[in-house]
Amino acid sequence: MDLLIFQVPILMVQASLDGALLGILFALIAYGMALQWGVMNIINIAQGEMVILGGYIAYTMYVMGIHPAYGVIVSPIIMYFIGWLLYKLVINRVVDRDLFISILATFGISILTQQLMNFIFGADVVVAQSNFGTTLLFDDMVTLPNAKIFSALVGIIFAIGLVLYMKKSKLGRAIRATSQNARAAKILGIDTERVYAATFGINAALCGVAGALISITFTLHPYVGLPYTVRSFMIVIIAGLGNLPGVALSGMGLGVFEEFSDYILGTEFRIGSVFTLLVLILVYRRFRLSRKREYLE
Amino acid sequence: MWVTMVSIGYRCSSGIGLSGERTIDELKINHDMEEKMLKIFHKTLVTTVSVVALMATAVTQARVDGDTITLGAAVSETGKYSTNGKHTRNGYNLAVKRINEMGGVTVGGKSYKFKITYYDDESNSGRAAQLAERLIKQDGVKYMLGPYSSGLTKAIAPVTEENKIPMVEANGASRSLFTKGYKYLFAVLSAANQYLEVAIDLAVEKNGGKPVKIAMAFEQDAFSQDVRLGIVEAAERTSSDIIIDDKLPKELNDMAATLAKVKATRPDVLVVSGHSKGALTAIRQISEMKVDVPMLAMTHCDASKLAKQHGKKSEYALCAAQWHKSLSYSDGFFGDGKKFDSDFTSEYGYAPPYQAAESAAALLVWKAAFERANSFDTEKVRDALALTDMQTFYGNIKFSSAGQNIAKPMVLFQVRCEGDECENRVVAPTKWASAELVHPIPKWSDR
Repeated sequence: MDLLIFQVPILMVQASLDGALLGILFALIAYGMALQWGVMNIINIAQGEMVILGGYIAYTMYVMGIHPAYGVIVSPIIMYFIGWLLYKLVINRVVDRDLFISILATFGISILTQQLMNFIFGADVVVAQSNFGTTLLFDDMVTLPNAKIFSALVGIIFAIGLVLYMKKSKLGRAIRATSQNARAAKILGIDTERVYAATFGINAALCGVAGALISITFTLHPYVGLPYTVRSFMIVIIAGLGNLPGVALSGMGLGVFEEFSDYILGTEFRIGSVFTLLVLILVYRRFRLSRKREYLE
Repeated sequence: MWVTMVSIGYRCSSGIGLSGERTIDELKINHDMEEKMLKIFHKTLVTTVSVVALMATAVTQARVDGDTITLGAAVSETGKYSTNGKHTRNGYNLAVKRINEMGGVTVGGKSYKFKITYYDDESNSGRAAQLAERLIKQDGVKYMLGPYSSGLTKAIAPVTEENKIPMVEANGASRSLFTKGYKYLFAVLSAANQYLEVAIDLAVEKNGGKPVKIAMAFEQDAFSQDVRLGIVEAAERTSSDIIIDDKLPKELNDMAATLAKVKATRPDVLVVSGHSKGALTAIRQISEMKVDVPMLAMTHCDASKLAKQHGKKSEYALCAAQWHKSLSYSDGFFGDGKKFDSDFTSEYGYAPPYQAAESAAALLVWKAAFERANSFDTEKVRDALALTDMQTFYGNIKFSSAGQNIAKPMVLFQVRCEGDECENRVVAPTKWASAELVHPIPKWSDR
């Protein structure tokens, strides 16, 4: 156990800010997963690969001489169509089936996407340079890369936009109706097939935005998608389906928790501590539910 | 006995064997089951015998056909090691081409050509071990070349060892390869623990011979942890203090916490090893967080194209390398490092990373061993390999009893930039240094 963070309290500010900025990025990916899981009852194992693919779109723009930050506009557009196509080719065949079948199908998509990215973009680890500079605070002791601040802002804008879109737009209302009761929505004239395709497309588009942001904040490689899938899965589990503000809070909370456990327990326990927290939360929830049940009885 | 064991297992699993009392019906069912088991056993036996017979026929094919010596290699064409797999194959292929053009291998007064049978191991250790079995048992290969990476070499080595097939490998540096008592494994490269030791010695030297404060972050994989062990030993040797010792999870690409700790504790040297992802992440975040350290030492600068991808941000980073083109070693096939660099570039259209150079050197070792053994007998060739003591364009090669090359030191280069152009300049060992080490690294506010 390392107590440095208590000896140098300014590190707590650094850890909190780093964790929150990281958490917003993960929450953006989890938004898409929560939406699609809630509406279609599909756990998308290929979520991380879609993020990385979105990142490669921004990276390709960077290689072509276009600033990778524009990727947050171009990447979601391309990814929306890729998501829509994937729905038409694969997902619509598993959407009403057992959850296990959809997990297998998206697992297959994940492997295929990895190999295709490897084939097209190569197996080298790549980065796109944003050259956004750094914000220095507290006598230079706290540093915030502007690329991370930009990522968080874009993440917040897209998250708010998504919530508004779901509330105000016709398609958003149709998506919510389908999520509540697909059969009833169908009887009332909603084209659920179109709603599903759009939902999967919106999820892919959100992955595209996150990928573009990752290309300027972290690194890209065809095989690094899995951590993003796992992290977004955890955020959704903690927040619950259909709880979009909960996703944002749980994303940031997990990010800060992760940073603090890195400082205190050591980097090697960083991911392990997040999983331990997940188990504790699930056990606590079960305990709370069973108490509620007793009370009802 | 096998059938009885299976039937006992069946009885236990079905609960009959534990019941104590058994009815006649139960006994009858049990008897039927035993009969069925016996039939299955007979069928399996016949199939196994047939397969073994077929494999034995395949193995009888000679591995020196006419004037060709076939070497076998499982190298990654797909998967996460595909880029380094390509460098490895290109190194092997260029050496085969050069040796064959220059008269091939002379054994018993006759000239033979090299040929390599490749399989794609898909960057998967299980697959690599299977393919090594296939090369040896089905294709009858008697002489092996290594795959790319320590992990895959560790998967293949037990197979070659069990079959007593000598393997010269050029891309497995993990120390654990040389502590298992392997007799048929020969590595032309320096072991992982030697990668960055010299950086600590340099830091101590620059500190006026006094111990230094070391911060280090290593990925949790066999190779990086071996590099870490080398640093721990160097720290003990120089009485230096390790003040940060972070172990980065494989899936992590964020080092912000480690670097914030570095900023707060101000070590004399920061050492990072986490393959290409670690090198690129470290430089990105060190520059973003304006982390000032007098010395920054890393691995995989070459493989990650650090200077190209990060440009001036990577300036002054010290990088460990197995080889650099400016070293003055030479041989009769490739000349020196610069000649190898230009030959490789004209053949494949890109400058050779050290992975390609060490792979080419493995073929030179094979050629010399065949000629010294003057035989194709694997035991004689193995003994000849063990006695290797030669110089190649890549460096001196002499194997310890564990098969490790003990004649070649690692080199350290420093990334230096002029304008936007950055290049690697050798700074240690001083014998081959082409540039003076810049120490301490200028502060970010002055850069």
